[in-house]
Amino acid sequence: MSWIFIIFVWQIGAIFSTPDFLPGPVVVVKGAGELIKDGSLFKFTLISFTRIFVGWFLGSLLGIPIGLLMGRVKAIRSFTEPILNFFRFVPAIGFLTLFIIWFGIGEQGKIILIMYATTFIVILNTASGVAHVEEEKIRAAKCLGASEVQILFNVVIPASIPYIYTGVRLAMGNSFAAIVSAEMLAANEGLGYLIWTARLYFKTEWIFIGLISLGALGYFVDKFLGFIARVLLGKYGVVAKGDLRST
Amino acid sequence: MSSENSIIIEHLNKSYSDSSKDPVKYVIEDANLQIKNGEFFILLGPSGCGKSTLLNIIAGFIEKTSGKILVNDKVVKKPGKERAVVFQHPDASLFPWLNVKENVEFGLRMKRLKKEEKIIISNKYIKLVGLFGHEKKFPHELSGGMKQRVQLARVLSNDPEILLMDEPFGALDAQTRRIMQKELVRIWFETKKTIIFVTHDIQEALLLGQRVGIMSKSPSARIYNIYDVNFPYPRNVTNLKFNELYDDIISEFEEEIGTGGDGI
Repeated sequence: MSWIFIIFVWQIGAIFSTPDFLPGPVVVVKGAGELIKDGSLFKFTLISFTRIFVGWFLGSLLGIPIGLLMGRVKAIRSFTEPILNFFRFVPAIGFLTLFIIWFGIGEQGKIILIMYATTFIVILNTASGVAHVEEEKIRAAKCLGASEVQILFNVVIPASIPYIYTGVRLAMGNSFAAIVSAEMLAANEGLGYLIWTARLYFKTEWIFIGLISLGALGYFVDKFLGFIARVLLGKYGVVAKGDLRST
Repeated sequence: MSSENSIIIEHLNKSYSDSSKDPVKYVIEDANLQIKNGEFFILLGPSGCGKSTLLNIIAGFIEKTSGKILVNDKVVKKPGKERAVVFQHPDASLFPWLNVKENVEFGLRMKRLKKEEKIIISNKYIKLVGLFGHEKKFPHELSGGMKQRVQLARVLSNDPEILLMDEPFGALDAQTRRIMQKELVRIWFETKKTIIFVTHDIQEALLLGQRVGIMSKSPSARIYNIYDVNFPYPRNVTNLKFNELYDDIISEFEEEIGTGGDGI
């Protein structure tokens, strides 16, 4: 219902404007049809998604163990905390030029950028989850004969899963922000590239197509993560619903 | 050293303050205690008197400052399988992502027992604590009393020698508490474990224990008197002797501690 309303207002607005300034839904759908027909919309979406997914996955893979160690070992926490609190205020896009110099304008640089955007929030949420594990649970496991390693895998990780999940879900949002910026500045393909190049061809409707595709992609990815949470992680106390805001 | 004693505590001190400070403030000062194998011992005292601290030192969760503490003639340094702890709050200590059976099998899984062995043992203790038919339920689906039954089965399946119980029925309603007290006596009869049970409830102490050690108020808490409670089980709160002993302890609380005890 809310969508029908938005499209309606949009169409009204477009009537009083030119397609170069505000293309209406009809123009956008027509433009999208062309981009779908020549395959570029699908290709660009897939390329952006692949970059996001690989970077996000690798970033989480790196961030979760660091977060676990930070939460569990005091020496590691006091060592990493200042570094972390410095870099988490430096946005990923700030590193773009540097990463291009270091890793070139290929896939590598962009994936490392996404990893950067992902890792910190995953680390912080994981470490916070570990810090919130009740002492009684750890003590109970100890007097039931569990070793430190067994406590990590059988108590600390399961008890931290809701926090880790929140971390990776927020990180997904950060990844979207980072990839679009990166593709605008240094790419020949991808949704960010589509939005950025639109201005060169006076194809304002491409901007809308790019934005809508990003929104839809994000929406489905988040739905998918919610589905995973419900089916696989429900017993760990993960709440799939609820609004999450990126930091 | 005779092996008849399960736990020996001599001149035990515990201080949380910096030892370089003068004078050092002790939470527990000069505690002495001997507990026999298979004994049901109650540690009774007002809230915040250091009974839980003493229990945690026996469990190996926190370190003593000085003095001697032996369990089966061995110095206590860290938690061990022979000393199982039943905590006051099951929500904090049970594993909510595991069902009843999996919680009970936790210690067995840590030992890497075979599946068949685990099932035999967990079934035995699930039946013993009266949770038969609830194996597949998760902790959040259980009442407070049932959760404490899960805690009991979880530690018993690991076959410890000593049960350390930290006000395990303190958070239960009066009705459930009575039932659980009876159940605990029955389980103690059947398993012959040594039990140290911490409580601030005099009635509970006299319903359960063979001996009741009274702890003075912190700071510098110690066990200053031990009552032998030698009437038979099951005990009755309306029994005349029971009430005489109850009055004795109450008046001792008032004299020594200056409170009537907060469990009444």
